Amino acid sequence: MAKTIFEKHSQGRFGYTLPKLDVQGDINSCIPEKFQRKGELPLPEVSELDVMRHFIELSHLNHFIEKGFYPLGSCTMKYNPKINETLVRNAGFMDVHPMQPQCTVQGALELLYELQNDLAEISGMADVTLQPVAGAQGEFTGLKVIHAYHKFNGNHHKRKIILPDSAHGTNPASCTLAGFEVIELKSNEKGKVDIEELKSLISDDVAGFMLTNPNTLGLFESQVEKIAELIHSVDGLMYMDGANLNALLGIVQPGKIGFDVMHFNLHKTFSTPHGGGGPGSGPVGVREDLVKFLPVPMVRKNDDGTFYLDCSHSDTSIGKVHSHYGNFSQNVRAWIYIKMLGAEGLREVSRNAIINANYIMHKLNKYFHVQYDEHCMHEFVADGSWQKKLYDDPDKQIKTLDIAKRLLDKGFHAPTVYFPLIIHEAMMIEPTETESKETLDMFINAMIEIASEAKENPELLKDAPFTTPVRRLDDVRAVKVLDVKFQDYMKIKEED
Amino acid sequence: MPFISNTDKERKEMLEAIGVARFEELLVNIPEKLRLTQPLKLDEPLSELEVTRRINCIAAKNRHSEAMNSFMGAGVYDHFIPAAVDHIIIRPEFLTAYTPYQAEVSQGTLQFIYEFQTLICELTGMEIANAGMYDGASAAAEALLMASRHTRKEKVILAGTLHPRFYDVIRSYTEDVGLELVIAPVKKGATDLDELAKLIDKDTAGVLVQTPNYYGCLEDMQKIDELVHAQKKALLIAAVDPISLNVLNSPAEYHADIVVGEGQALGNKMNYGGPLFGFFASSFSLQRSMPGRIVGGTLDLDGKRGYALTLQTREQHIRRAKATSNICSNQSLACLAATVYMCLMGRKGLREIAEQSTIKAHYLAEKIGKLNGFEIAFDQPFFKEFTVKTPIPAKELIDKLVEKDILAGVNLAETGMKNGLLIAVTEKKTKAQMDELVKALEEVNNG
Repeated sequence: MAKTIFEKHSQGRFGYTLPKLDVQGDINSCIPEKFQRKGELPLPEVSELDVMRHFIELSHLNHFIEKGFYPLGSCTMKYNPKINETLVRNAGFMDVHPMQPQCTVQGALELLYELQNDLAEISGMADVTLQPVAGAQGEFTGLKVIHAYHKFNGNHHKRKIILPDSAHGTNPASCTLAGFEVIELKSNEKGKVDIEELKSLISDDVAGFMLTNPNTLGLFESQVEKIAELIHSVDGLMYMDGANLNALLGIVQPGKIGFDVMHFNLHKTFSTPHGGGGPGSGPVGVREDLVKFLPVPMVRKNDDGTFYLDCSHSDTSIGKVHSHYGNFSQNVRAWIYIKMLGAEGLREVSRNAIINANYIMHKLNKYFHVQYDEHCMHEFVADGSWQKKLYDDPDKQIKTLDIAKRLLDKGFHAPTVYFPLIIHEAMMIEPTETESKETLDMFINAMIEIASEAKENPELLKDAPFTTPVRRLDDVRAVKVLDVKFQDYMKIKEED
Repeated sequence: MPFISNTDKERKEMLEAIGVARFEELLVNIPEKLRLTQPLKLDEPLSELEVTRRINCIAAKNRHSEAMNSFMGAGVYDHFIPAAVDHIIIRPEFLTAYTPYQAEVSQGTLQFIYEFQTLICELTGMEIANAGMYDGASAAAEALLMASRHTRKEKVILAGTLHPRFYDVIRSYTEDVGLELVIAPVKKGATDLDELAKLIDKDTAGVLVQTPNYYGCLEDMQKIDELVHAQKKALLIAAVDPISLNVLNSPAEYHADIVVGEGQALGNKMNYGGPLFGFFASSFSLQRSMPGRIVGGTLDLDGKRGYALTLQTREQHIRRAKATSNICSNQSLACLAATVYMCLMGRKGLREIAEQSTIKAHYLAEKIGKLNGFEIAFDQPFFKEFTVKTPIPAKELIDKLVEKDILAGVNLAETGMKNGLLIAVTEKKTKAQMDELVKALEEVNNG
C-alpha cells in the first residue's frame, strides 16, 4: 500500500507561499497566554510536489466513472459532464459568501429559483426546497414536513410511518430521527407492496407511507394509486424516495400519481458527481398545502424581476436543516444539466436507462437467477442463488460477495450486493443511460464468464480479487484492533 | 442526445434482443392513466456553448470577494487556498468515484479519509474522528444526540453565544426526539458562567459551547470544563473554528468530550454556503455512539496493509431504525480538499495563517475602536473576528458600503444587536484593504 502522508514528513518542508505580514503586532499581544495552544501542532511537513505525488498515487487506487462501468443499483452512476466542473469554478459562484446582502447575490438567487421551478415541474410537485444536502437529509426533511403537517392539524397521535421491507436503510433511520415509529410492510410474492397486508396496518395513528418507486427491485409499483387512496383515507401522507427517479423523467410525475412529498438525489438523477461519498444534494418537493412547512428560506421573485430569500412562512416551517441554502455548487451543476437536456433530453435519459437495464437482464437471466422476471425499469435484481447451490461444502460455497469480488478483477465495479434485504444473495444492477451497448456487452460477457468459472474453477471466485491494489480486507480486525488514525497504527506496530 | 452513447440502430438491436418491438412495451407496469401525455414544460435545451454564455451571465450578477473588499465571516471564511488543492479534487479518480463500499477498488478514497481523520485528531487533540458530516451545524446537532444517547439523559444546554444557524439546525434535529434544549444566558459577549453553573445538573446530557463564539469572543473553556465536569456524566461539546486551533487551546486541553465545527475554512471555497462540511471528533470511550462513517486500517488476505469502513454496526445500512444516525455520506470531496490543504500548509503554514489573521484582525479592531461613533462591542479576547457597535443600524451601514465595493461584515440584528456588525479578517486582507474599510466607516459617520 501507499505510505501515508505522515510517513513522508520531513521537518522544515512546506507547500505554500504567503505574502509577508504587512501590519505590526505579535500573537502574544493579541491573545492572552491562557487561551493559547500549548506546544506545536503535530501536522506533517511536506512539499507541494510531495503532496501532488502522494494524492496522485492514492488516486490510482480508485475505481471511477471515467475508468470503467459502475453497475451499482439505486446509485445511478451516470457520466458526470465535464462542463459542470468548468462552469461552477466561476468566481461569481465560488467566492460568494452566504450572508452577503441579497442585492449582491441576484445571480445565485435566480439560478436557485429556476432550479426550484424545474424540479417542481419534473416531479409534478407544487414547490421544492434545495436545502437538504444529501438523500438521507432529504428524507429527514420530508418526514419533518409530514410531522409538521400532522402537528399543525392537531393530530399529535399520528406517529407511525409504514415502509416496505425492501426499503433502503436510511428510510427507517430517518423516521427515527424525525420522531416516528417504523412499521415494516412485507412485500408480496411479486416483490411489491402487498395491498391486503397494507390494509391490515392502516389505522388512525398512521402518519404516512414511504415508498421508493420504481422500488428497489426495479419494478414500478403499479398499485400506487390504490396505496395512496388507503393512506389518504386516514389522512396519512405519501412520501416518495426519489432514489430511482432516473426511470421516470418525462414519463411519470410523482406528484400527479398520489405522492405528497418526495426527495430528489441530484447526485444520482441530475449528474452531480458522487465525490467518493458526497457532497450530494437532496432537494424535497411537496404538494401545495405543504409548502408552508418547507425549510426557510425559499427563493422568490419580486414583481420587478429581482429575487429574494423568503422567510415569511417561518411560523409554520420546520426550520432549517443546513446552515445556509444547501450544497449550492451541486445545485448549479444540476441546473446546467437540466438546461442542457430540456424536456426531450430528460425523457431520453429514462428511455435509455430502461432499455439498457432490460437488455442486461434479458442477456443474464439464463445464467443468474432473477426472481421477478418481468420487464424492469432502470434496474433489476439478479441473485447468486444458483451459484450458491453448486457446492454443499460451506467452505466452497459460492456467495454473491464472491461474484462481486471477481467482477473487480475483470475491471468492473460490483453491483449493489445483499440489497434489497428481501432477496437472498441479491445483486442489484443499474447500468444508467450513459453506457453504450459495447460496454454492456463487455459486462454481460464478464458475468457469463464468472457463471462458468463458478462451475469450473470456483477458487477464482472464492479468492478474488487478485488484480486490485489490495485483496479482501479483514473487516473483523478493523473493528477488533481499532486503527482510525496514524498514531494508532504506530502504536499497534510497536506492540507487534 | 447529449451524454447518451447509444444510437437508434443500437437501441433497435437491444429492443430486438429483449424481444419487444417498441420501448413503450417495457412500461407495461405503469398504468396508462399514470403516464404523462405532454412533454415537461422546461426551457428548450441549450448546447454547451449556449449554457456557458447563460451561466456566465448569471454569475456576473453576483458580487464576490475577489472583486470586493470583503470582511464576511460567521463560520464561512475566505482563507487563501493553494492552487494544488483544486488540481487534486477535480481529478475524476476522486470526483466521480462512488462511496468506498467496495474497499479493494476504493483504497484511494479510504486512505485519504484515514489521513483526514488523523489530521482532525491532531488539530483537536481528540482520539477518534469520523469521516465528516454535512456541515458544522448538523455536526453539532448530532453531537447533542450522541451525548443524549451516551448518557441516557435528555437535557442539553446550549451557550447563548452559539451561531444562530447552528441553533436552528439543532432545533430541527432534536425537537421530535425528546431532547430538551436549554439556552445559557449571555453576558458581555460571552457565556454567563454563573448562570451556566446554575443550569447544569444531574439531568444534563451535554453542554455545547462555541469558541470563538458567534460574536468572535473567546469563551473561558477552562472554567466551563470545571463547571460541566463537576457533574459526573455530563459531556462537554466544543464547537470550534479549525483555523483557530493553530493558536488557541486544543479542545483536549480543556477536556472536551466531543469536538465539532464547520470545516469549510480548511481549503474549501465559500460557494454561497455549500458544500460545507462538519468535522466530528471525540474521546475513544464514545466511539460506539458516534454518528457517521469511520475508516480504519486493517490487513488484506496476503497480510498487506489496507483500509476499510469500520464500526459499521452503528450505521443505518445495518442497524436501520436503531442506527446512531441516518447519515450515509460524508461530504467526502470537501474533506479531501481539507486534507490536501492541511498537508500543503503543514504545521508552519497553518500557524502562519492563524497568526496573520489574528494580528490583522487586532490591527483593524484597534483602528475602528478609535473612530468616532464606533466602538468594539465587547471587552473580551478574540481571534480573527470581532463585533463592532455601529452609529447607524448595521443593515444601513452594510448597504452603504456595498456601494463602495466593500462587504463590511455580518449584520447581528437577529441577535438583538441592531447596531452590531461582525467583522472577520483572514490572512488574505491587506493593510490597504483594512485601511479602506476604516476610511469608509469614518465617511459613513460623517454623513
